[in-house]
Amino acid sequence: MISSETTPRSRTRSLLARLEGPQTMGRGPAFWIAAAVAIAAAAAYPLTADAWTVGNAAYFLIWTFMAMGLGVVWGYAGALSFGQTAFFGLAGYAYGVITLNLGAAYGLTLVALVLAVAIGGLFALVIGYFMFYGRIQGVFIGIVTLSVTLVLETFMAQTAGPQWRIGEARLNGFNGMSGMPPLTLPWVGEDIALYPGPSLYYLLLGLVVICYLGLRIMLNSSFGNVLVAIRENPHRVGMLGYDVRLYQTLAFAIGGAFAALSGALYTAWGQYITPSSMGLTSAALPIIWVAVGGRRDITATLIGTIVVLAGFQSLTIYGSQYALVVMGALLLVTVLVAPQGLVVGAMTFLGRIFKKDKS
Amino acid sequence: MTDILRVQGLRKAFGGVVVANGIDFSLSTGAMHCLIGPNGAGKSSFFRLLLGEHAPDAGTIIFDGSDITNLRSFQRIRRGISVKFQVPGIFKALSVRQNLEVAFQDHLNGQSLNTKIHEMLDFTDLHAEETTPAGNLSHGQQQWLEIAMAVGVEPKLLLLDEPTAGMSPDETRKTGEMLHDLNARGITILAVEHDMAFVEQIARRVTVLHFGSIFVEGTIAEIIDHPGVQEIYLGTADV
Repeated sequence: MISSETTPRSRTRSLLARLEGPQTMGRGPAFWIAAAVAIAAAAAYPLTADAWTVGNAAYFLIWTFMAMGLGVVWGYAGALSFGQTAFFGLAGYAYGVITLNLGAAYGLTLVALVLAVAIGGLFALVIGYFMFYGRIQGVFIGIVTLSVTLVLETFMAQTAGPQWRIGEARLNGFNGMSGMPPLTLPWVGEDIALYPGPSLYYLLLGLVVICYLGLRIMLNSSFGNVLVAIRENPHRVGMLGYDVRLYQTLAFAIGGAFAALSGALYTAWGQYITPSSMGLTSAALPIIWVAVGGRRDITATLIGTIVVLAGFQSLTIYGSQYALVVMGALLLVTVLVAPQGLVVGAMTFLGRIFKKDKS
Repeated sequence: MTDILRVQGLRKAFGGVVVANGIDFSLSTGAMHCLIGPNGAGKSSFFRLLLGEHAPDAGTIIFDGSDITNLRSFQRIRRGISVKFQVPGIFKALSVRQNLEVAFQDHLNGQSLNTKIHEMLDFTDLHAEETTPAGNLSHGQQQWLEIAMAVGVEPKLLLLDEPTAGMSPDETRKTGEMLHDLNARGITILAVEHDMAFVEQIARRVTVLHFGSIFVEGTIAEIIDHPGVQEIYLGTADV
């Protein structure tokens, strides 16, 4: 007789139960109704805006994957990575190289997307292995990861010569690669090329929802419990029989794979990738998004990233350097006023009001 | 009765400071044993060597019939050693329940996580604090929570480094009762302790460490009557 504990239905129920838990803010019907309304509003957005604006909104969604990945590594596992852009850039270049060589037919851009994410994630696994098994901790993780991304940026910037090609794909040094095809879905009659616009937006929105829910399940699982415990007291975790280095390495690889997903999608979106995507400014921005929203909660990270990105772009109209100064000031204000993040602060405040109303 | 722990010729030095000077020590399965000694005798270092936090310069550690000398800490815990540190090693920002979940989730043996957590909350009298952040507990409660976490990994041998440090007399007595209860469930206990009243309450046998070596071993009465032990503590023994 099969125990009720092991039936697929009970397994699904147990997975869905993990959508809520101590590691993620938001629970109960009110939260999920609000989430459904937010998704419905996001789905309706292309009906109210022109194609360029929708393509721009798709650009915001692209970065949320890197932010959520950094949230896992930094906010949950306690390892501040300053170099998620290394995996972003590597995957962006990988997508470009693969698609320029294979073309866009037969859904090969989707294969390229998966391979690029795998390459970025694998690179993060290797870097994570050497860091965590080499007993690098604390601020030194930030230094090592920043070094990795800056080395990659410097390397890619000197690939201008004709000898720097992989098959058909020229790396093009400082100017970067361009001309790769966008994501293209195989379809009866004619393939659908997802240029920035409503179709790409819907694909990205679907991916964001899947990744967000998947991360909620992961973070409320026993794996997520251990990550949070490592952040709080890694010594004790080791003394409970867990291989702390393994968990840190896996979390870092997951964060790297999410950054890689952003990188490959970014390349597919804009059909270009340059070494500056791995530079110092690019490396610092995800830290600001995640810190401002709230690094210790995946919902806060997601909301904070979209809001800060939209704000950053609005400010860029008046000058990109001014926008960067404002971003720096925003980080300082967050650290001083709401170290847990502005969105977390707001959500906690709202939670208290609801509780008061109920009582 | 078989020995659950056998240490032979264990030696560790940090430069000129020898913290373990060829320790030979054995512990029978089911024992309640205390390690005492003045500050700097090497008690905590001995625990660190048993836990794999220090690699010994020489010697072997046999636990439950296997040589664990070269195993990493987490591997030793998985073999059945567990520890409660002197300063409570808990997750202060997490709730009491979350602390227990992390400790228990990989050691359920068919039991449900909820059942095991409630069993331990009963055992440590922390039911009312289930959702309290562990850092907000009193010092004694934090010590009990860590004992619960250490027990949650289903150890054969429980190492306790000054389990009653900072506790009130009532809390100390209650801790002693908890340890007797755990020992009755089959867990061998080895504790470092300074409070001799507590040592009397829990230990059947006592080992005195001095300058990284075993000075004497015996029952609590034998240790108290030993002419050299008081001199060690008062600093007059020529050993």
